[in-house]
Amino acid sequence: MSTIYIMWLRELKRYWRSKSRIVGSLGQPLLFLLALGYGMGSVFQRAGEGNYINFLAPGIVGMSIIFTAVFSGVQVIWDRQFGFLKETMVAPVSRFNIMIGRTLGGATIATLQGVVVFLLALIPGFRPYNWALMLPAVLVMFLVAVLFTALGTAIASVLSDMQGFQLIMNFLVMPLFFLSGALFPLSGLPAALSLVTKFDPLSYGIDALRELLLNQGVFGLGLDTSVLAVVTLIFLAAGSYLFSKIQI
Amino acid sequence: MDNIIEVLELTKRFGDFAAVDNISFTVKPGEIFAFLGPNGAGKSTTIKMLTTLLASTSGSVRLNGYNPVNSPGLVRRSFGIVFQDPSLDDELTAWENMEFHGVLYGVEKKLRRRRIEELMNFVELWDRRKSLVKQFSGGMKRRLEIARGLLHHPKVMFLDEPTLGLDPQTRNSMWTYLQKLNKEEGVTVFFTTHYMEEAAKIAQRIAIIDHGRIIAIGKLEELLGETQTTSLEEAFLKLTGSTIRDEEAGAADQMRMRHQVWRGRR
Ligand SMILES: Nc1ncnc2c1ncn2[C@@H]1O[C@H](COP(=O)(O)OP(=O)(O)OP(=O)(O)O)[C@@H](O)[C@H]1O
Ligand SMILES: [Mg+2]
Repeated sequence: MSTIYIMWLRELKRYWRSKSRIVGSLGQPLLFLLALGYGMGSVFQRAGEGNYINFLAPGIVGMSIIFTAVFSGVQVIWDRQFGFLKETMVAPVSRFNIMIGRTLGGATIATLQGVVVFLLALIPGFRPYNWALMLPAVLVMFLVAVLFTALGTAIASVLSDMQGFQLIMNFLVMPLFFLSGALFPLSGLPAALSLVTKFDPLSYGIDALRELLLNQGVFGLGLDTSVLAVVTLIFLAAGSYLFSKIQI
Repeated sequence: MDNIIEVLELTKRFGDFAAVDNISFTVKPGEIFAFLGPNGAGKSTTIKMLTTLLASTSGSVRLNGYNPVNSPGLVRRSFGIVFQDPSLDDELTAWENMEFHGVLYGVEKKLRRRRIEELMNFVELWDRRKSLVKQFSGGMKRRLEIARGLLHHPKVMFLDEPTLGLDPQTRNSMWTYLQKLNKEEGVTVFFTTHYMEEAAKIAQRIAIIDHGRIIAIGKLEELLGETQTTSLEEAFLKLTGSTIRDEEAGAADQMRMRHQVWRGRR
């Protein structure tokens, strides 16, 4: 327990101290929200899909979560590079607990980030249809955050250098984000794209957020949360296995 | 238990290259053991295999009676280590690094807080406890690593070139502290160094490794007798050979130290 807590605390302290990371990771989602929201808003409206800022906000919340979460998971590479990983790897505690602590820490940060983006989205006019569903929405955010932090940790555990990081961002996170329905509705897609979006776990996270915040889901909350929960468990298992096998 | 460390025919290959080549040795409980060798001899690689950080290619290891492959948890509970390379969290303060270590090693809170203050005073970093480690010089980081390594009192203490980049004052007081720990709590000390006087003065037994093989092992007098020399430095040079290699080693050592200092100032 104390291992999980201290690892969690470390992630939060590091995050809180890197103000540039906080600002940087809020800037990008905000840019997407404003540029796309206002840029595409009239087209979206004319197509009969309603208010685009409203539609986009949960997608952008999901975006900030996936980026922050994977980035936190991938910190394993940094820790390896700067040597700190050794210190945790020889400690007389289970590596499973270390991995869980790191992952919960990263996921907490990503969830906070998601909530902040949510609040920022209120400025250009986003409104959830029922404030009471805010709490379950935050729980969904956390689930998505755990899922992607674990994924980042799993991948970083088998990479030994920084080059791998760019690879992850370009060939994993970007596609996951663009194919998730964060930016476009999942209904009425060409069959091939529709199929692809169904294999993207982020689709279910954003769908669940739309369901809770806008009452506009496609898959249904039951399917969304079951898929998220199962995939999270798989990634946690894979992540903790690979993390426990790390050699220095 | 007869031996606290038992290494039998241990080998580590990276591709075709044997970094550690079929070495065997033992260390008795309570012994102070020096592991010497030129740069690239395989000292750190051996320590990594003893401390569950690296899997061996073949051979067997027993540490405190446990096998690092089958029961890494029990092995990790038996030792403490000061690494050759940096292993601090730069984004945390000096105190937080100590506290973090103490919690991970399950040192009970009251004892932990007392020892942290004691050790940070000891390496003269108590006044800087609230500074982020990234603001420390290379030597200050090294001192913090040593203080951190001493925070819990394990059965075996591994120190991989602990004194590299340290001023003589800190070096002396560190060895005094370790000798006291060794005497009072029976902690076995396993260390590497490139300072021969240090090894000659501190170690009760010495192994010399070169190109991944142990080429001599024994008490100081035994090594001097075998090589017909009068100082460990002479014996070391005689055993590990060519002066050119040693100059290279010296240069590499200096580079590394400069690198450390540079990293510390960044
Ligand atoms: N991960 C690795 N991959 C490939 N070769 C490695 C790896 N780690 C170490 N080596 C090689 O193994 C040899 C032994 O390295 P090691 O770090 O054990 O030397 P050392 O005795 O600790 O030297 P030093 O005094 O410089 O610290 C070196 O030739 C090194 O290049
Ligand atoms: Mg070494």
